[in-house]
Amino acid sequence: MNTLFDKIWDAHVVQHVEGGPDQLYIDRLYCHEVTSPQAFDGLRERGIRCLRPEKIICMPDHNTPTEGQEKPIEDPVSKKQVDALAANAAEFGLTHYGMMDPDNGIIHVVGPEKGLSLPGMTIVCGDSHTSTHGAVGAVAFGIGTSEVEMVMASQCILQQKPKSMRIRIEGTLGRGVTAKDMALFLMSKLTTSGATGYFVEYAGSAVRALSMEGRLTLCNLSIEMGARGGFIAPDDITFAYLQGRDYAPKGEDWDKAVAAWKQLRSDDDAIFDREIVFDAAEIAPMLTYGTNPGMGIAITGYLPTLDDIPAEAHASFCKSLKYMGFRPGDMLLGKPVDYVFLGACTNGRIEDFRAFASIAAGRQKAPGVVAWLVPGSWKVRRQIEEEGLDKILEAAGFEIRQPGCSACLAMNPDKVPAGKYCVSTSNRNFEGRQGPGSRTLLASPLTAAAAAVTGFITDPRVLL
Amino acid sequence: MKQKFDIIESTCVPLPLENVDTDQIIPARFLKATTRDESFFGDNLFRDWRFLPDGAPDPDFVLNDPRYGGEILVAGRNFGSGSSREHAAWAIAGYGFKVVISSFFADIHKNNELNNFVLPVVVTPDFLEELFASIEADPATKVRVDVPNQTVTNLATGRSQSFELNAYKKYCLMNALDDIDYLLLQKDKIEAYEKR
Repeated sequence: MNTLFDKIWDAHVVQHVEGGPDQLYIDRLYCHEVTSPQAFDGLRERGIRCLRPEKIICMPDHNTPTEGQEKPIEDPVSKKQVDALAANAAEFGLTHYGMMDPDNGIIHVVGPEKGLSLPGMTIVCGDSHTSTHGAVGAVAFGIGTSEVEMVMASQCILQQKPKSMRIRIEGTLGRGVTAKDMALFLMSKLTTSGATGYFVEYAGSAVRALSMEGRLTLCNLSIEMGARGGFIAPDDITFAYLQGRDYAPKGEDWDKAVAAWKQLRSDDDAIFDREIVFDAAEIAPMLTYGTNPGMGIAITGYLPTLDDIPAEAHASFCKSLKYMGFRPGDMLLGKPVDYVFLGACTNGRIEDFRAFASIAAGRQKAPGVVAWLVPGSWKVRRQIEEEGLDKILEAAGFEIRQPGCSACLAMNPDKVPAGKYCVSTSNRNFEGRQGPGSRTLLASPLTAAAAAVTGFITDPRVLL
Repeated sequence: MKQKFDIIESTCVPLPLENVDTDQIIPARFLKATTRDESFFGDNLFRDWRFLPDGAPDPDFVLNDPRYGGEILVAGRNFGSGSSREHAAWAIAGYGFKVVISSFFADIHKNNELNNFVLPVVVTPDFLEELFASIEADPATKVRVDVPNQTVTNLATGRSQSFELNAYKKYCLMNALDDIDYLLLQKDKIEAYEKR
């Protein structure tokens, strides 16, 4: 009567620390350039090496420019951080996919697409969106830099076991409604702290029906409900996605692995600390209006009024709306848009580009809209070209950039200017997230494309 | 910074906003540093709320209000949500806070605070509300955080509550030990696990 979360977690417990957390063994540590340098410094100060260097994969993604990667990075501070990762990986004997390497990209896009993230694994990275890897049926979660150092030093982490929650979404998603809308809908219902303290298993027929790309998007956003991570039990869709990937088992090993992975499911009588069920038919294309991802509404809806908000949250609500330049009760449809961003570990995969292109095809980018289309990895970009999506998008006035985290958090040159509105497929709409003063509206690739071709907030369903 | 925790008694800085995310605690553009210089991060704590676009301190933000100061930050519910950046904990420590009191913390940030010898103290919503009211009525209000006894006391009203801290972490905080010190001693168990 165990949950899948219990099974994977418990199988990785090295020991329970008296009066404290579990010592959890980690199968895969991913490192990017932003949250790792101080961890490497820590190892040097202690005079130690990585215990299991073969389990650690490094790649820069946050600072990388999305054009001109063949030249040195212009920003000296970004360059220093990216160079530091390469030097640290070399010093400690770690696998490193540097900028312009055909395997480089956003670490949460590359991990699954190379088969580095596999069912039943424990996976960590100094990045809250590590939850993405849960889509393959792994227990994956974000950690701080001290914890990165812990894993480097001991291949283990000390961690309190979170509670378990199952979110079932039953039924069929409507036309033009995507995994991103599903996630934004969940956040709007649960708030950004509704799943704090929990690890979430997503289940139900609407989740089962999602492609791997959709599942990666859904699991990516688990942290935005406060959950430490979210995952989906592996099934034939998972196995078909992983088979043949570079690091996936091959031949006889593959068959053995699949047989074992098929056991990775919650028992029928498993008891979850919390269980919630939603009807997929209730979900519409979603859009955020505020400065946290839980502040979302159906695209055809209205902003809440003060009457809808509890008194203790009035100050935060009003601050948020003032920042966004909206008023309580406003409608978002028809509001002008300045920027559109397609990409990030949330929506930078091939299916996201197909969705965007399906609306852009035969139309033109609206004059005055700046659009950044940033693949999540070089592999995604190559696939865009193989499928001819680049031609469709170029004919519509869009260009495909080079991969990286880009305008999701604007650590590279892709910054939305103060006061400008950006419909973004990324994961966070916090104040200043896309550049100081930037105003972010989170949405799906379809909704982003609808804004890009019309120049204002548009229900994508009218363009399908 | 590793330091031994015992009893802390201090005035507080109130931040009665909910869902304060780590992007606000330290914006992404300050994450490019490759060293753990806490004073650098502390100087940029709440950067975009603390300073106007022209770089002048925003007189309306609490850190620039001379009435408030101390080693304890008191924040609204769901403090530290969003990004896992430990730089947020470095900024809080670097500014000089030793304790953060709230009714609810985001998971990753809470761990990051503990790993940097900043103590997150969870209190009930009404304790928090009363504490905000005490500080508003008198910015000289002090709070006493007693780590050995795991109690937090609003010295203006005398109201006291116990707070949660597991025995392992309490031992670490009171003896200035971190998790890596502990894990490095567990090599036999790790190797035994790998052979299972």
